[in-house]
Amino acid sequence: MYDLNTLAPVPVPVPDPQSATAAVSVASRLGEILGAANVFTDPADLSSFAIEGTVPAAVARPRAAEEVAALVKFAAAEKLAIVPCGARTKMSMGMPPRQYDIAVDMTRINRILAYDPDDLTLSVEPGLPLRELAAALTQRHQFLPLAVPFFDRATIGGTIASGVDSPLRQFYGTARDYTLGMEFVTGDGALVKSGGRVVKNVSGYDMHKLMIGSFGTLGIITKINLRTFPLPEMTRTYLATFDDAAGACEFRHAIARSFLRPQSLEIIAAGGAPSAAHLLAPFASERDWCVVISVAGNALVLGRSRRELESMSRQGEHPARDFTELAPADERKILPLLREFPGGAPRSNLPSALLKISALPSDLQVVAEAISRLAAEQQVSWTLLMRGVGIVYLSLAAADASAESSLRLAAACDAISSRCNGRQWDSAAFLWRSRESGSKTNAWAPVRDDISLIHRLKNTFDPANIFAPGRFVGGV
Amino acid sequence: MQGAACRSDTMDSRLLHDLNAALPRDGAQQSVLHEPEDLMLYEYDGSVELARPDGVVFPRTATQVVEIVKIANRHNVSLIGRGAGTGLSGGALARRGGIIVSFARMNQILEVDTANQRARVQPGVVNADLSLAVEHLGLHFAPDPSSQKACTIGGNVSENAGGPHTLAYGVTTNHVLAIEVVLPTGEIVHLGSSALDPPGYDLAGLFVGSEGTFGLITEITVKLTRLPETIKTLLAAFDSVDDATETVVEITARGITPAACEMMDGWTIRAVEDYVHAGFPLDSAAILLIEVDGLQEAAESQAAQVAEVCRLHRAREVRVAKDSRERDLLWKGRKNAFGAVGRLSPTYYTQDGVIPRTKLPQTLRRISDIGRQYGFEIGNIFHAGDGNLHPIILFDARDKQQFQNAVAAAGDIIAFCVEVGGAITGEHGVGMEKDHLMPLLFSEADMALMQRVRDAFNPAQMLNPGKIFPSKSCGEIHVRPQHTGSGSRSRA
Repeated sequence: MYDLNTLAPVPVPVPDPQSATAAVSVASRLGEILGAANVFTDPADLSSFAIEGTVPAAVARPRAAEEVAALVKFAAAEKLAIVPCGARTKMSMGMPPRQYDIAVDMTRINRILAYDPDDLTLSVEPGLPLRELAAALTQRHQFLPLAVPFFDRATIGGTIASGVDSPLRQFYGTARDYTLGMEFVTGDGALVKSGGRVVKNVSGYDMHKLMIGSFGTLGIITKINLRTFPLPEMTRTYLATFDDAAGACEFRHAIARSFLRPQSLEIIAAGGAPSAAHLLAPFASERDWCVVISVAGNALVLGRSRRELESMSRQGEHPARDFTELAPADERKILPLLREFPGGAPRSNLPSALLKISALPSDLQVVAEAISRLAAEQQVSWTLLMRGVGIVYLSLAAADASAESSLRLAAACDAISSRCNGRQWDSAAFLWRSRESGSKTNAWAPVRDDISLIHRLKNTFDPANIFAPGRFVGGV
Repeated sequence: MQGAACRSDTMDSRLLHDLNAALPRDGAQQSVLHEPEDLMLYEYDGSVELARPDGVVFPRTATQVVEIVKIANRHNVSLIGRGAGTGLSGGALARRGGIIVSFARMNQILEVDTANQRARVQPGVVNADLSLAVEHLGLHFAPDPSSQKACTIGGNVSENAGGPHTLAYGVTTNHVLAIEVVLPTGEIVHLGSSALDPPGYDLAGLFVGSEGTFGLITEITVKLTRLPETIKTLLAAFDSVDDATETVVEITARGITPAACEMMDGWTIRAVEDYVHAGFPLDSAAILLIEVDGLQEAAESQAAQVAEVCRLHRAREVRVAKDSRERDLLWKGRKNAFGAVGRLSPTYYTQDGVIPRTKLPQTLRRISDIGRQYGFEIGNIFHAGDGNLHPIILFDARDKQQFQNAVAAAGDIIAFCVEVGGAITGEHGVGMEKDHLMPLLFSEADMALMQRVRDAFNPAQMLNPGKIFPSKSCGEIHVRPQHTGSGSRSRA
């Protein structure tokens, strides 16, 4: 097995005899609900569901929403903690749950329940792999703007439940903007729904919005209704390189003031230790501040976009050094790099961490400059991906494998997160953090004055506190 | 009077004293109303419902709102937030009595952040006023309900308001970043954040559209949207309603997303044309008003595609507005349609249902059948592009039988919407108009969870009681006819 933080092999934990007995009884009860063949207790199977070294007593593999409801009822009665999962690509995000008895593997609840391409709406089950869903949509020249990390493995349910974002949010927004409704199982085993499958709807409360990005702490999603989008006629991607953050950010602001509406806009940079490699190498050199912009439309729109983007990039006090249209082969290499970056796969074997920072777009430059200064102070290498909408992903890595470098990495992590969390609107969270980079006691940004509501809602949805307890913001 | 059985008619003098002490007179303006003749103005909204409050208060600050909440707690009275009262489902009415908190005087635009395309506003800011205030910056607030010249952003947030241009730009919830709210405990909390993806559950997303049942809004941070470079407005006239609806189906299926796609049937066209003189062809069976926008190169090609689809479906005329004056006139025709209808019928009842776009043709045919069955003229003027119907049932409320039939016909229409996979309301809200229709869509378990979610914010139902969920007490008539003397109140 692999630790998802480090991708390093770790020994399979051996359950102690007492908990092994408990595991047997949990498994046999689950077997009564789901059929014995649908409950795994083999240590080899369980270990691949481990979260930071903790293995569940059993893995349940339900085949229908009703089975999910039944097993949740059982778990609630027995106070057994559940972690729902899909392809398990983001299990290490957030805090490790305080208790973890049953992994609910949703990958067998995986049908497309309805797809109405002429209405541009869709109803899917959570275990459906994104890849398969995308293939079905492509046949009808449609897509979902979910170019998310782990695209080749992730399920639609895990993608929505973890709230991971996509470069395409620049134009299309996030899942909250195109999720039309959901069905889910709450902590008392009730199967409930909100919203619908129509593109405009104000019937009842939008409870499904709470489920997006809640990391399985409120319920287990059993159905998701989405609106789909027509594939654009043509797309092109442009790369502009600048000497500094100021130039890249000025370019971003100029585009925001123009009539152009790009599909995506990302600023990418790297620095720090000599080992730091640019994410976009070999398309950029180590000190480049790159802006990658994708544009969609007809030939006339693309022609004009190219002209205006290039002209904007060359204006201002910090003009671009280079502006190029990416050849299709290069586009096919670069876009997946940008898509996968927020997944936090380590780019080396060195101790590392990945932060997600929320900032106002007008603050991107000061955020970037503060990061590069704080990272330099601790001699850690950094790679930065800043979305034009103000979402920043920062990967930090120790200069080398020494204990001292690990301490410096931990210090940089703390300095940057406390600096970002100390500002009015900004927030910073650790999407993952290898053990050497410091403790994970503060993965999430500090709570705000809505924390009492967060606790009350958690209690409303999950009164027995069995859904991934402690994994989310404020310890819920 | 609705809800009368549940409350007394005069405001308690100690309550009045406390409210007066907390809200001093504002120059010549009273900040607390309690005389019956004053309260009459607050017993209705844009819907067919009526309910008289015990009082109305006009706070100017969030601190005063907190004071009001504390007083209400002490005196055990309920509070109902209200913007301009243009709502169409009774959301801002005091169904069970209580005090209306009018945000009419909290109407300041607090900050326009051009760099980040955001604005921070008080809840009483009128929707169109915000767009006007930022027009010189090339920006606007995208949600544009037909009542936008009167309705407030606080009301838009509470109802998750829509409008014609939400087809491409999204409804209110897609444009709200942060909300400052006073809870029934008197606590001030901040939901969401000006920066995207704040930590925690999406409470702002949950709050938008909660119809005043979660908290009183004291401040809102919204996204501003860049005005498009080019707007092209097309008017297509058809000899049959089916041709028009099939056109909408094909525009959607081809993946063309106009900024707006509105439909009006023949009866409505004639009513409107007589009143607004927008230039609508009087003898057509239906028109589509379709707008495309964006870069000039994109808008022109989209307009050509739209025109092609219209002609393919036998449009007898496709006209493009030559300039902004012609465009404004066409939209004036659309947005004043309900005023025009008011001139023709003593009473009418506007419904709001939503269906999958592919079901438009059959649904329009069914509405026409329902009209025939009950003997009513039913006009249709609606947001065709997102399947959001607004059938208008014309009847004479003085005739009791007609009134009952109108309510029954409306119920049949909504039931059909649900049957074909739609929902009971697309943008007007549930309020007190459609609480009894919620079970068409939602199970007991769904509604039980929704009520527990409400209780997490508003446990004693001190805020806006008796809304959204089917009530078990205080038996009421659900729908009362609308008298449309002036025809001036606008609708979505």
